[in-house]
Amino acid sequence: MDFGQFISYIASGTVYTVGVTLVALPSGLLIGTILALLYVYGGKAAARVMNLYSTVFRGIPPLVLLFILYFAVTKGINLSAFWAGSLSLGIVSSAYQMEIVRGALLSVSGDQLMAARAIGLSRLQAIRYVVLPQAVRLAIPPWSNEAAIVIKDSSLVYALGVPEILRRAQLIGASSQRYLLAYLSAAVIYFLLVFGTTRLLAMLEKKLTIPSNP
Amino acid sequence: MPEPILTIKNLTKKYGENVIFQNLDLTVNEGDTIVIIGPSGTGKSTLLRCINLLTRPDDGQIWLDNKEITARGTDEDKVRQHIGMVFQNFLLFNHLTALGNVKLGLDKVKKMSDKEATEKAMHELARVGLADRADHYPGQLSGGQQQRVGIARALAMDPRIMLFDEPTSALDPELIGEVLEVMRQLALEGMTMLVVTHEMGFAREVADRIVFMEKGYIVEQGSPNEMFNHPKFPRTREFLWKITELYGKKEKEAD
Amino acid sequence: MLTWLGYFERFGKNFLHGAGVTLELTAIGLAIGFVLGLLLALARCFGPKWLQQVAGAYIAVFRGTPLLVQLFIIYYGLPEIGIAFSQNMAAYLALGLNSAAYQAEYLRGSINAIGAAQMQAGRSIGLSKWQTIRYVILPQALRLALPSWSNEPISLLKTTAVVFLIAVQDLMAEGKRAATATFDFVGVYLAVALVYLVMVFALDALLKFLERKTKIPGMDIETSR
Ligand SMILES: Nc1ncnc2c1ncn2[C@@H]1O[C@H](COP(=O)(O)OP(=O)(O)OP(=O)(O)O)[C@@H](O)[C@H]1O
Ligand SMILES: [Mg+2]
Repeated sequence: MDFGQFISYIASGTVYTVGVTLVALPSGLLIGTILALLYVYGGKAAARVMNLYSTVFRGIPPLVLLFILYFAVTKGINLSAFWAGSLSLGIVSSAYQMEIVRGALLSVSGDQLMAARAIGLSRLQAIRYVVLPQAVRLAIPPWSNEAAIVIKDSSLVYALGVPEILRRAQLIGASSQRYLLAYLSAAVIYFLLVFGTTRLLAMLEKKLTIPSNP
Repeated sequence: MPEPILTIKNLTKKYGENVIFQNLDLTVNEGDTIVIIGPSGTGKSTLLRCINLLTRPDDGQIWLDNKEITARGTDEDKVRQHIGMVFQNFLLFNHLTALGNVKLGLDKVKKMSDKEATEKAMHELARVGLADRADHYPGQLSGGQQQRVGIARALAMDPRIMLFDEPTSALDPELIGEVLEVMRQLALEGMTMLVVTHEMGFAREVADRIVFMEKGYIVEQGSPNEMFNHPKFPRTREFLWKITELYGKKEKEAD
Repeated sequence: MLTWLGYFERFGKNFLHGAGVTLELTAIGLAIGFVLGLLLALARCFGPKWLQQVAGAYIAVFRGTPLLVQLFIIYYGLPEIGIAFSQNMAAYLALGLNSAAYQAEYLRGSINAIGAAQMQAGRSIGLSKWQTIRYVILPQALRLALPSWSNEPISLLKTTAVVFLIAVQDLMAEGKRAATATFDFVGVYLAVALVYLVMVFALDALLKFLERKTKIPGMDIETSR
């Protein structure tokens, strides 16, 4: 086997790595955002429940949570390792993303909500049109960090047998007995994915910056 | 016979044990400019927030155009549309341009078409002299300009009454004048206004009535002439003298 | 529903042993990471240009790739060029090298916050550059870094869970063994999760205690910036 084939075999795992990330990150964002809204605007009882969710889920290693969720999910329904793994990682990430969104919501001052209500916007409209657009901007830097973590954590589904980058590196490493090259190649691909994503989000952040005079 | 737009009866507001005001009465007639003065912590801001239903009074009633807005089942969002509010620290929506700030209510609350909303918003910005700043973000505007956008944002909803909560007290002295000028113009046009301010020049010249509040009570109210020249209570004279002294200096500096 | 709590009776000893290994991994990884992280932070802040770049690249690479890949390179890859480690050694090394990148960033943040002003103050009384770093900047920077740095031990503790994939006998390995014995994967891993939670909470409490103990009144990132 020549070097080109070697690399392209590993690189073809990128589809799965990116796939897992593209399922986990948005599903985590969706769940996290809903939970954060409940946390901040849902009253005391909801806040207590959300706090518990956050503390417990963020206190357990992602790999352990992944195993629990994966085995629990696949016991109930027939899901492929890819989908079960991705959704489980999404739930893991939701606890972290909830904290990111919550922090951003809280740092948009309560006065903004009041000003919005004062012109007759409903509570929901005020959150939707005044608080969220500002919170999104504040959330981009920490969210970019979380995106990088999810890309890296997608390597955990290796343990479930999903043929992503790391699994393919292992397979071809074993067949060619060139583990070092295989894993270094995998590292390079992961690095490019993480680097590219954070760069992209930094550009987005810059683009969304609200103009102001110094 | 002038029509009352706003009538407040027996209004009581507490924060926990802390009684802010009790059994407060106040009437505002159509076209009047009422200036409320009083020491810090007296409950002036709380009163304005009660009128706008941004906080719920514990007891008493408020009528707007002969409709009780404190009644159960009132659509609060509807009420707020008809009451404009201008805040001490402007509270513009930071992520929207001046135009966007004025348009938001027209768009989402009044459900105007984009074209209509833009036209109306531009008209309001022109009214406060900021048509040429329409595409500036709050961070790109001076404090005085921000407050004028705040006024335009409230005006755009065609309110029956405008509430001003110390609209110039966060401004540098040289920027106060432009905001007061806009308010003076509004009063001339016949807008009904309830203004908390310590700008005594403005009060003397524009107010139909000055209300002196202290510790949750209305101590005295009357025309500027009565209040400045023949106050019934020594406390009123004392307070007016003090703030004229204090703020008068600031006004001079600004000249 | 809660039958899995019964696993503590059956596997309690094994879990305890595994948890011990997990804590050991955390402690050693943290120590390696601290020493190396401090060197990296100093290199980034005070080194010559080329050294700053090397340190920067190190940090970017180790933060930009999964720990699992780093672990596999060390354990499976390096023997090909004659550098072989035992499972535990490979795990210590991977955790330490990885943690160093994160710890370097925490330390760099606080060194920057202490800033050029303190360097000037030190030099102005005749201290050399390295003396100033040693006696003026570091003592302040280390205390200042503590609140943000204290994320790292907990984060690292959770990260150690992957090293059972190269057959280190930590808590996860014990969990896997128990799971295969009972065929109740969900239940066993729930029990394992609970053990991790207890360790994380205990560590968190310990770190909060340390933070309170070492607090210098009036000194935190906000006020010194
Ligand atoms: N949300 C709140 N919760 C509890 N107490 C409050 C709240 N808002 C205001 N207060 C209290 O109510 C009292 C009146 O406050 P308010 O802001 O209405 O006074 P003010 O007359 O506007 O004073 P200032 O001139 O300082 O603006 C103060 O003692 C204040 O501490
Ligand atoms: Mg006030």
